[in-house]
Amino acid sequence: MTFLSHLINGVSLGSVYAIIALGYTMVYGIAKMLNFAHGDVIMVGAYISFCTTSYLGLSPFVSVLFSIFVCTVLGIVIERLAYKPLRQAPSLAVLITAIGVSYFLQNAALLIWGSSPKTFTSVVGNWSVRLFDGQLVISGVAIVTILACIIIMLCLTLFINRTKMGTAMRAVSEDKAAAGLMGINVNTTISMTFAIGSGLAAIAGILMCSAYPTLMPTTGSMPGIKAFTAAVFGGIGSIPGAMLGGILLGLIEIFSKAYISTQLSDAIVFAVLIVVLIVKPDGLLGKHVSEKV
Amino acid sequence: MTTLEVTKLGISFGGLRAVDELSMKIEKGSLVGLIGPNGAGKTTVFNMLTGVYRPTDGGIRLEGENLIGKKPFEINHMGVARTFQNIRLFPKQSVLDNVMVGFNNQITYSLAESILHVGSYRKKEREMRERSLEILRVFHLEDSAQTLSSNLPYGKQRKLEIARALATNPKLLLLDEPAAGMNPNETGELMDTIRLVRKKYNVTILLIEHDMKLVQGICEYLYVLNFGRLLAEGAPEKVLNDPAVVKAYLGD
Repeated sequence: MTFLSHLINGVSLGSVYAIIALGYTMVYGIAKMLNFAHGDVIMVGAYISFCTTSYLGLSPFVSVLFSIFVCTVLGIVIERLAYKPLRQAPSLAVLITAIGVSYFLQNAALLIWGSSPKTFTSVVGNWSVRLFDGQLVISGVAIVTILACIIIMLCLTLFINRTKMGTAMRAVSEDKAAAGLMGINVNTTISMTFAIGSGLAAIAGILMCSAYPTLMPTTGSMPGIKAFTAAVFGGIGSIPGAMLGGILLGLIEIFSKAYISTQLSDAIVFAVLIVVLIVKPDGLLGKHVSEKV
Repeated sequence: MTTLEVTKLGISFGGLRAVDELSMKIEKGSLVGLIGPNGAGKTTVFNMLTGVYRPTDGGIRLEGENLIGKKPFEINHMGVARTFQNIRLFPKQSVLDNVMVGFNNQITYSLAESILHVGSYRKKEREMRERSLEILRVFHLEDSAQTLSSNLPYGKQRKLEIARALATNPKLLLLDEPAAGMNPNETGELMDTIRLVRKKYNVTILLIEHDMKLVQGICEYLYVLNFGRLLAEGAPEKVLNDPAVVKAYLGD
């Protein structure tokens, strides 16, 4: 029974990683850059939700929508101001800019909200489901997180494969110049990708803080790095890969905490990543592209 | 009526004058060839016509509208589509999806509609799919609609590039060496396809080509470029027998 409860916790934590990883992987797939500020957008999303519920007294549902809206706009603004001018620059310059944006967001949050941790009130409420005569307790947050992850995954897959914007995204991810010449507005498409990724980050931030209620300016950075790891683990650029990578990472983390060592859990997570990358350098679902000689 | 009017077009890359004082006038519905030895600046001209390069001087007008300074996707929306010298399909997309990319500019529905999957979204996605399949049928590619474009044989990839360009509903179609790498049979088939495309889609065609059999077979008018300058223009029989043109191709 404890195993089952760890399993559910793992899938739930993994779902958060998966939602964040989707943002990483989409931006990487389309703009070919690693947006290291993505983790901090999660933190902003959580703070916005915290402020609107605690100070303005909005209902949790409205605060989630508002937070998604703010993060979507934030994502578009970050792309326009920080990354767009570097579209032609070497990828290292973009990477360093992304790290810069990450620190900027963290420090801006420090100025606005201060360094003392805030206690996040769960947007889901404190209900839980008891099964097997109360031997297995599943928290409401875990259920909502897993459901949210499944719904997001389905919607995103449909969006990418079945809509004209999705078609445009796939085209831009393969050949920006050719897509432009076929009438696709590459800049709008990239903005759209950042918008979606950041909107998802807001959801992830809120769900994560509902489960682990300590909110600080650095709250987003560790999950951000882990989600990035998940994206690489699953094969960066691949949407199902991000999903699989996220869930596996969550499971590994929770199981190592439960059965091996709480302190070593992060080390184990990253050790598994190293092993996977040695055996399968393109990630679990990554497509191996052989170089033409 | 003039579809494309190019006046004194020129571009410099640093000290290199790649194209200089090029003027062309292409009538609606005509099939025109742009030929010249390697490095003459033909593809550079295409890149200027499609907004990839910004000309240093001169003017480009499509049915009277200025194209200079416009972005490639805007020029495409105005009615210029192209293919590439080395094929640039979206290799990991299916044949059908490649063509559907071309329809992107013509179909509008709001994001909300696509999220809710209602009304015009369904209708328009279906319409886009059907029109894409229709184009594939013209090119005899309908059986490969679900194949990855990179798995098509070379000749079919060339055809698919033309199909994708046509999907953007162009007034002017630019073909960059459509017969490159084709055997005589495939070239013959390609000539039929190009003729059919012009008739069926009522499009003006400007093509770059080295295969003189194709050029003589289908072009009605030729422009010859050499070292970025216009060397000769006129009907194919006249131009290809011009001593200056022969000299440019073969040397003294």
